[in-house]
Amino acid sequence: MKQRATVLLGSALGALAALVFAATRVVAADTVDPAADAKAFQNFFFQKFPTVKHEDFVNGPYSMNEDMKRQWREKEEFPPYEFSLDAGKEMFSTPFKNGKTYADCFPNGGIGIRQNYPYFDEKEGKVVTLELALNRCREANGEAPYSYVKDEMASLTAYMAFTSRGKPMDIKIPDDPRALAAFENGKRYFYTRRGQMNFSCASCHVQSPGERIRAETLAPALGILNAMPIYRSEWSGMGTISRRFVTCNSQTRAVPLEPQSDEYRDVEYFLSYVANGLPISGPGARP
Amino acid sequence: MKRSLALAMLLVSSLAPSARAANEADYKAAYAAAEAASKEAAGMRNQWTVTVSALAAAKKAADGGDFDRAVAAAREAEALAKASIFQATSEKDAWKAMEIR
Amino acid sequence: MASSIRVRATANGDITEVQALIQHPMDTGLVKDPKGELIPAHFIQELKFECNGKDVFVANWGTAVSKDPYVKFSFNGARKGDDLKISWTDNKGASDTTTAKIS
Repeated sequence: MKQRATVLLGSALGALAALVFAATRVVAADTVDPAADAKAFQNFFFQKFPTVKHEDFVNGPYSMNEDMKRQWREKEEFPPYEFSLDAGKEMFSTPFKNGKTYADCFPNGGIGIRQNYPYFDEKEGKVVTLELALNRCREANGEAPYSYVKDEMASLTAYMAFTSRGKPMDIKIPDDPRALAAFENGKRYFYTRRGQMNFSCASCHVQSPGERIRAETLAPALGILNAMPIYRSEWSGMGTISRRFVTCNSQTRAVPLEPQSDEYRDVEYFLSYVANGLPISGPGARP
Repeated sequence: MKRSLALAMLLVSSLAPSARAANEADYKAAYAAAEAASKEAAGMRNQWTVTVSALAAAKKAADGGDFDRAVAAAREAEALAKASIFQATSEKDAWKAMEIR
Repeated sequence: MASSIRVRATANGDITEVQALIQHPMDTGLVKDPKGELIPAHFIQELKFECNGKDVFVANWGTAVSKDPYVKFSFNGARKGDDLKISWTDNKGASDTTTAKIS
């Protein structure tokens, strides 16, 4: 803000051409400032929905619709993801053939760490998501990786999210140009229109949260990943973050990318970072 | 819309005295053009599902010997692929218009 | 393997409220698998809740009930600490039983 004021002051003193030049420079300066982006992103939703409590955004459509919220509260007494959660707990504690477990791959034994994912791996120079880390853990221990869109992965992440419930999302962007580039790329992916329907992620989840698309109420983009993985009644089953991205893409008639491709990893990084401070609420249940 | 347009074009071409049925060479040329455009779109990470199915429909019609339909589907695929390339190109900057800042 | 039945029964005065979630595919016999072949019908035919030797809830189900069905009902005449026995049988002859304490 201060920066912008200085630039504006400077340009007011200069010629008109200088003003235009300065204005474009402000835009460029904004784009490499994730903290400012996150603030603007959160403020947009807080102002658009002044009555919704900040920590309630992670409950997606339920934060936007009283009636749905009542039904969901009742459902939460006996949530449909319970089977998956139990399966995940069992899988998590079952040792691999070499005797090691998932706990050996993660800090704090994998418990209560969901809010730190995805993180930027400075060695690899890329974003590492929880789903990716789980499969890398399997491969490092001589096990075949799981499908990113199927139940096993959803069960594992459901359990890990459950142990982290209520912890505020805490994504870090290290002082590394590649990390900033990944964040920027994720942001670009989020706002870029694609598919024959000419929709971007933001078309639904920024412009129209709380509105209906056919029979469904759209969730706000803010905190949308905090509730992952989710039980979708529509799917009669669990869905991972990868599954969510893939189906969102194909619904706009865009051919989905491979799960855990760079774009998906980056958009997960962007969306998680801008939700920093909001609690983990996964596993979630959605209609 | 697109379909009715294609239909109208077909109708016109069938009424025109100089019209002739498409042959395999027409199909091959149309398909090659469509395939090239769709590859370009895929390279830009912006393939549309409808392009893929139109290409598949063209191939299927050609395998069944219906080259009129195969050529029409291939041209539709090409048009869709070109639209997706246009989208990807314009979105290189246009996405910023939607950004919250 | 863990039980396919999850139950929660809470007594509140005379009335006991029961919630149950059952893991079952509930295939209708009308859906095809990715290869285009019909998935044979596979559904729970009878679901029974017993308390103190008496049936308190019996359901004869068909294919119209969703996958992983959820049931909620309440009944009269049980006390905290009583046993509630839940059992189901499906059209392939499979069954499962579990017992829960009313809390």
